[in-house]
Amino acid sequence: MSSLTNEQIERYSRHIILDKVGGKGQEKLLGGKVLVIGTGGLGAPAAMYLAAAGVGTIGLVDFDVVDLSNLQRQIIHQTKDVGKAKVQSGQETIAAMNSDVEVHTYNEMVTSKNIRDIIRDQDYDFIIDGTDNFPAKFLINDACVFEKKPFSHAGIIRFQGQLMTYVPGKGPCYRCVFPTMPPKDAVPTCRQAGVLGVMGGVIGTLQATEALKYILGIGDLLTGYLLTYDALTMTFRKIKIPRNPNCGICSDHPTITELIDYEQPACDLRHH
Amino acid sequence: MKLTVNGKELTIEKSINLKDLLVVAKAEQPDYVTVELNGEFVDHSGFESTFVKDGDKVEFLYFMGGGAR
Repeated sequence: MSSLTNEQIERYSRHIILDKVGGKGQEKLLGGKVLVIGTGGLGAPAAMYLAAAGVGTIGLVDFDVVDLSNLQRQIIHQTKDVGKAKVQSGQETIAAMNSDVEVHTYNEMVTSKNIRDIIRDQDYDFIIDGTDNFPAKFLINDACVFEKKPFSHAGIIRFQGQLMTYVPGKGPCYRCVFPTMPPKDAVPTCRQAGVLGVMGGVIGTLQATEALKYILGIGDLLTGYLLTYDALTMTFRKIKIPRNPNCGICSDHPTITELIDYEQPACDLRHH
Repeated sequence: MKLTVNGKELTIEKSINLKDLLVVAKAEQPDYVTVELNGEFVDHSGFESTFVKDGDKVEFLYFMGGGAR
């Protein structure tokens, strides 16, 4: 017997009619728990589609407040939210969309001290990296490897985006591809280089797709692949990537055994 | 000889090492690029000693950091 209410059967009818989802799949989604780290360009659309899809538990992590310059792409926040904590703004948007979703907010920056506790807080099934800086991206990768949690990495800049999905024991982690942090300011951020607003929508929605597929147990994830997107030429490329036998964290002989707080790029500290 | 670099065909006159290929193929920020040669990662320390051959498939993978703010 299905545990779905009549209202849920109607709300999720376009899911339930899909062979690969059905009532059972929708119940899986309602029981699913996804942590979205960063509620900006990537995290905003990802969290909204997960909420609309009925993912029952969504965690939002962000230490920032909504700025007018965010609204060009961070669609979970509205003009009235400028100055409000992003996690609060995000929680309010999701609450208005779908009361089936329980939102947990973490109004803090992820660090080596708190990230594992945040992941364990609701024993999240899947993590979405929607952050904008490399210290956070490496921290999320390492924490997910240690906690044996799958996650979606993504990055966007100018007219380009990329993503990959890590599943413990199934394929490469972020460090397999990028072993070490780039030096401070060596690689530009969106704040320095700009980004077309829709890039977060395209790539963040693909991250949400990976989370939904993982929870449903359907299809093939971007595990062992880096998907790149160039909006100017409208080109997607799915590049096969191997596990790195010398990976510092996920190989058989890791050299990294604890989480590292890398220095934040100066440009990201400017407003804080 | 013909190579495929990031999905596009590239013709070069003679075999060159990866360090020179990064210049010829106009890789952005060659100091921080990850290079995959025929499906295997090549460490930066091997860029000078690794030479490409006809038919090789090379991928330059770039850091992409944006997302939130």
